[in-house]
Amino acid sequence: MDKFLQIPIVQWIEYRLPIFSFMNESIVVYPTPRNLNYWWNFGSLAGIALSLQIVTGIVLAFHYTPQADLAFASVEHIMRDVNYGWLLRYAHANGGSMFFTVVFIHLFRGMYYGSYKAPREILWMLGVVILLMMMATAFMGYVLPWGQMSYWGATVITNMFTAFPLVGDWLTTLLWGGFVVDNPTLNRFFSLHYLMPFMIVGVVVVHLWALHVHKSNNPLGIDMKGPQDSLPFHPYYTIKDMFGLGVFLLVFAWLIFFAPNLLGEADNYIPANPLVTPPHIVPEWYFLPFYAILRAIPDKLLGVVGMFGATLILFALPWLDTCKVRSARFRPFFKMAFWLFVVDVFVLGWVGKNPPEGMFILIGRIASIYYFAHFLVILPLLGKFEPTRPLPESIGTPVLKGGGEMPSGAAAAKMEKS
Amino acid sequence: MADSTSVAKRSDAHGEDETRRDFLYLATGAMTAVGAAAIAWPLIENMNPSADVLALSSIEFDLSPVEVGQSVTVAWRGKPVFVRHRTAEEIAEANAVDVSSLRDPQSDADRAEKPKWLIQVGICTHLGCIPLGQKNGEPKGDFNGWFCPCHGSHYDTSGRIRVGPAPRNLEVPDYEYLTDSLIKIG
Repeated sequence: MDKFLQIPIVQWIEYRLPIFSFMNESIVVYPTPRNLNYWWNFGSLAGIALSLQIVTGIVLAFHYTPQADLAFASVEHIMRDVNYGWLLRYAHANGGSMFFTVVFIHLFRGMYYGSYKAPREILWMLGVVILLMMMATAFMGYVLPWGQMSYWGATVITNMFTAFPLVGDWLTTLLWGGFVVDNPTLNRFFSLHYLMPFMIVGVVVVHLWALHVHKSNNPLGIDMKGPQDSLPFHPYYTIKDMFGLGVFLLVFAWLIFFAPNLLGEADNYIPANPLVTPPHIVPEWYFLPFYAILRAIPDKLLGVVGMFGATLILFALPWLDTCKVRSARFRPFFKMAFWLFVVDVFVLGWVGKNPPEGMFILIGRIASIYYFAHFLVILPLLGKFEPTRPLPESIGTPVLKGGGEMPSGAAAAKMEKS
Repeated sequence: MADSTSVAKRSDAHGEDETRRDFLYLATGAMTAVGAAAIAWPLIENMNPSADVLALSSIEFDLSPVEVGQSVTVAWRGKPVFVRHRTAEEIAEANAVDVSSLRDPQSDADRAEKPKWLIQVGICTHLGCIPLGQKNGEPKGDFNGWFCPCHGSHYDTSGRIRVGPAPRNLEVPDYEYLTDSLIKIG
């Protein structure tokens, strides 16, 4: 890097726009906790998934027509006529699922290791903003093929806004641009579906900015106390992220090439028909837990509030969990509560997938109550009463005392810094 | 003392590692390049004409209703194709020109398989406007053929560029006579 900065043209640019030293400080010598495990791969994977969605999406928009009479046919045109259109569409549709998978794991990782705690509350809340924007984007994107599920999914979701007192009907008509979901709705959803990913990129930049202020949390949940606790981001984490990317792409390629419709609904290959509702409406898998909460509550407004609340409550998580210890490794009871919560979310997803009848209603209600109880009862109580295990004095101590020596790169980075 | 020997040993080990590391580095780079190219290919190839566009790339046209001295414009691949049933004078005029004096030398026989039928793409070779001269009363330029109003290119009765900025003669598309009066363009 030092040699590179001696090149005259680099110096010329650097003097006017210090981009090279900025890059150097944020992705090369950037100090990263030396003990990060593979759960820390999912942040960079989320960024890659977002980029892939933007690239495939822009290309699909070359061929797609956002008009109610032509939209379905234009998607079939992409599948049958456009060169590699099938690949691009399958990559975009399954890319959404990959994106949500990666982001959910990223989110659960943050919960397990207490990454939302001081001083990373804003970092966490920006992540929740990204999640909400992703949900809106994914929902509007699912409407674009204008199949039966697109149409009726759009109808059900937009009808939720009628639940709000006083402004509900006005708001819904405003969303639709008519009296039902129709061509004006499709047009605006296309426009917003194209816009929002770029807004997400903007929030991601701020998310990374916040991350780089206090740096990554780590599996021990204790702060880095000096260079002996960190490794330079490059090459240690660039190569680890690349390896993770390889695994990600293997799964992604398997979905695209061997099971492209595994996560989709067959009904969406029937053109939208405003006069016939399909017998069983299900959202995409990533919305199922929230959908289950909506259906669990036998009241229109409260159901909608519960569904939105399930995501919005994440904003309050840094203050609901009052325990000062971050990582679940030192919180035996929180660890159990965390895994119960994960199971609960899967149960909600399973209930959401099934029709709302018989035992699913009861299970759905219990799981919904538990979902909120985790945040509103269990976490505050644990913060008060949980006996935590003693924390190690530093990240480096257990490693270095074990007789291992410091990697040469870390030593070099240390010298470079000082 | 002990320290310096251990340092020396380490750097030796590092030296033996060098070729192995180079190999891994190059193999990773090569694999990345292949992967990037494989991803880039469909992202570019999708912009080429799709199957439904290619399916429209040839058309048939029946010449028999076109009278002597009449011009007809046919759409082919979205472009206008000028079909002209030329008069004897026009054919004679086209043959009277000294081919070597032309900007884009081409004999009339090279441009019209059967002299009375001139079939050409009606797009000026300058910057893509459609020349005038198909309809009665439109200016036909100084050489009684076609005249492009955008930048003033004059084409003769064989569709050859004579005066103006266009570099080449009007393009003659691939076509064949399926019968005496039926042609297939493209």
